Order: sequence, then C-alpha cells, then structure tokens
Amino acid sequence: MIRVVLPQHLRTLALVDGEVMLDVGGAITQRSVIDALEDRYPMLRGTIRDQATQRRRDFLRFFACQEDLSHESPDAALPTEVANGTEPLLVIGAIAGG
Amino acid sequence: MSKARVLVGTRKGAFVLTSDGKRKKWKVSGPHFAGWEIYHVKGSPVNPDRLYASQSSGWFGQVIQRSDDGGETWAPVDNKFAYHGVPGTHQWYDGTAHPWEFKRVWHLEPSLTDAETVYAGIEDAALFHSTDGGASWDELSGLREHGSGPRWQPGAGGMCLHTILIDPTNPERMFIAISAAGAFRTDDGGKSWKPINQGLRSQYIPDPTADVGHCVHRIALHPSRPNTLFMQKHWDVMRTDDAGDSWREVSGNLPTDFGFVIDVHAHEPETIYVVPIKSDSEHYPLDGKLRVYRSRSGGEEWEALTKGLPQENCFVNVLRDAMAVDSLDECGIYFGTTGGQVYASADAGDSWEPIVRDLPAVLSVEVQTLS
Repeated sequence: MIRVVLPQHLRTLALVDGEVMLDVGGAITQRSVIDALEDRYPMLRGTIRDQATQRRRDFLRFFACQEDLSHESPDAALPTEVANGTEPLLVIGAIAGG
Repeated sequence: MSKARVLVGTRKGAFVLTSDGKRKKWKVSGPHFAGWEIYHVKGSPVNPDRLYASQSSGWFGQVIQRSDDGGETWAPVDNKFAYHGVPGTHQWYDGTAHPWEFKRVWHLEPSLTDAETVYAGIEDAALFHSTDGGASWDELSGLREHGSGPRWQPGAGGMCLHTILIDPTNPERMFIAISAAGAFRTDDGGKSWKPINQGLRSQYIPDPTADVGHCVHRIALHPSRPNTLFMQKHWDVMRTDDAGDSWREVSGNLPTDFGFVIDVHAHEPETIYVVPIKSDSEHYPLDGKLRVYRSRSGGEEWEALTKGLPQENCFVNVLRDAMAVDSLDECGIYFGTTGGQVYASADAGDSWEPIVRDLPAVLSVEVQTLS
C-alpha cells in the first residue's frame, strides 16, 4: 500500500484523519499515486493538480525520504521506500501568505 | 413568523447568521470551510435550503460546496471549469495578449425557477452553468467568444465576472458584468451576448466611451422593473431604463462616486443604496466616516445614512458583492466590511447596527428571507 500524507485542509476536505493508504497498480509515480488518490477521493480533484493542465499547484510540494521530488517528472518512479510503503509521500503546502 | 438568514463569505471562511423577523438578535454559525477564501455563498430562491458556496485557496485552488439543509451540512460538488475549445487571449496588464486561465469562482447565481440550475461567474472572465445542482459545469461560451474578448483586461482584482442578474420576467434574458470589460446582456438564454456599455465614460481607457473596457463594479435591478439597472462603476453611479441600451450618470450629490456595492430596496424600485469610497487608490470611506447613501428618486439626489455607523477613524472597504437586501415588510439592508463587520438595518437604512463585528475581511453578503 502507498502511504500519502495530506495537508490539514485537504484532510478536512476529504474527511480523513492521518495518513491515506492507497492501492496503486502499475508503476509507482507521482501521477499514478495522485490519480489513485483522486479516484478514491474525488473532492480532491483540482486541489493538488490543476484540472486543465494537470500541473502541480504552485504552492504545493511533494516530499519523500527527505527529498523534494516536486520538480521530478510526474512519470518518474517514486523512491523504493514509497513504493513498498516504508515511507509516505508527503504533500506539503507552502509556508506562505496570510 | 418570517426569519432572515445572512450568508457571509470572508477571507478565512463562511458564516451563517440567523435571526427572527425583528432582526435584533443574531445567532452566528461558522467558520465553515475555515481557512479558505469564500468569495460567495447564495441560496436558491426556489428551495431556500439549497445553498451554493465558492471555496478557494491560493494553495488548493477551487472547490464548490453545496448544502441541502440551509448551511447545517455541506458537501463538495464538481469543481472543473473547463473553457470550451481553445480559450484564446485577453489583454494583460501591460497590454500584451495573455491566455485565458481559470483562477476562481467569484459569484454563484442560482436560477429563479429551478433549484438544480446555478450560474457561476469566474476569473478569467467567463460564465458557466450547472443544471444538476453543481455535479457538472458547462461554459456558456458565447459570452467569452464575443468578438471583443481579446480586448478585455483585468482590473486590479483580476479579470472577474462578478455579477449575474436574471430577468424574473424573461428567463432568456440575463445581465452580467466583468471587471474590466463592462456589462453584457443575453436575450437568448446565454447563447449570444452584446455589450451594453453605451453612455459609460471611463477616463482610464484610451477611448473613454469604447464599447468594452469599462471597470463595472456591480449592477443591480428590482424584480418589478427588470429594464431598469443601476450600476456602480469604478467611478460613477449609472442608470439605464432600457435594459442597458443606454446609460446615464446619476451620481448627483454623492460626495464621491467611487465605490463597489449598489443595491435596490426590496419594495421600492426607485430607492437605491451605495457606499461611497474615497478614491480608486484610497479604498476607504471619505473622512473616516462610514456612510451609506440612499436615493429615493432612483439616483441624482442622495442622503447620507449614518445612525449607528462609525463616524470617525473608519478606514474599511465594502467590496462589490458585500451588500444585500431582505424582503421582510420593512426592508432590511446588510453590508460587510474588510474590517470584518456586518452591519444591518431593519428600517431600510435609517439606523444600523453591527450584527457581527470581528470576522475576517468580508468578501460577500447575501440574505435569505425565510417563512
């Protein structure tokens, strides 16, 4: 299972507590994980990626294993520790603005 | 006994205020959607328990929420606003061509006849509608594809479609307003549109009387006279009696005719309200005195309404969607400020009191009159 940690506002929107556990088929990439997340929680569509462009929102970042993966290709393989469930993929809101 | 329910959108959440018909004691519920910008909340006139809310955030984009119990509980509905086709370009601040990009929903206008139908005015300016209670959205692209689209430009707050008025006597006719393009009308249910800006004069565009480019801040109508519209433009208060074909200025004796809100008394079609703001760069009341101005003659002659409003050291703004009227026997008037106060008058503006006073900056105010 893939573990995803969402920022508080998205946990509230999706009505979840703590980490989200996702069963993701095929290659484990940013795209496949976010696709699975949006399939399971449709209310999150558009909140992490722009609906029209599918690009990550400017004020969000993807962290895992102490690395910033935000600028990796959405189709690049995520770290093995994320793929095997040892480490979560963190969706982080920027510390910015009021 | 009748009741009033006030729907307040703020920079950090939505609030629902309820009172009996006396409108003296208010119960405050909220914040709903805490931490998010709530540009607008509005109820269906067909089913007052059906509310729609525009929830957005610089981090997480746009969400649309729907309530079927008058704001007690909410559920997100569809939030995909996809322009038809290749959306093309409009003018950017520096005059260059800029691609149309969805940013947020400014205004939600439920249908007058069907609780499942609701219109959405968005930034970058376009009009969408849903006929399934928000489960899906479709653009009424005839507006954006009007030939003048490439000449539209954003105001300081963005290129937003912020006002949607439906003619209660003719469902095929609607009016919308865009900053900074102007006002437009459809007579065929949204398929085609024409600019209705003749008579407007705006010194900040190369041709002050151009057909588009005017920064219209708000338009309002009385349901009994849908051919008469009132407009608060960037500067100037305007009026038309021919459904927008021609406008004339009715600023009259206002101390400044800059402002954002304008509204019409629920029972007196010639009684209108504005909140004059000092200037386009000084977005606060003149002389630090918060004054609503009322005209009982449809413009030109205005009186200051001050009883209960701060008359010194007041430097708040009242944004374009932040005034509303109820339809109780004695018409109630409501407005919210960027200082977080919502003021109400239960006597058509003669006297005011804050019904809540320490909210986040208020973006929008609507009121429902409930039986």
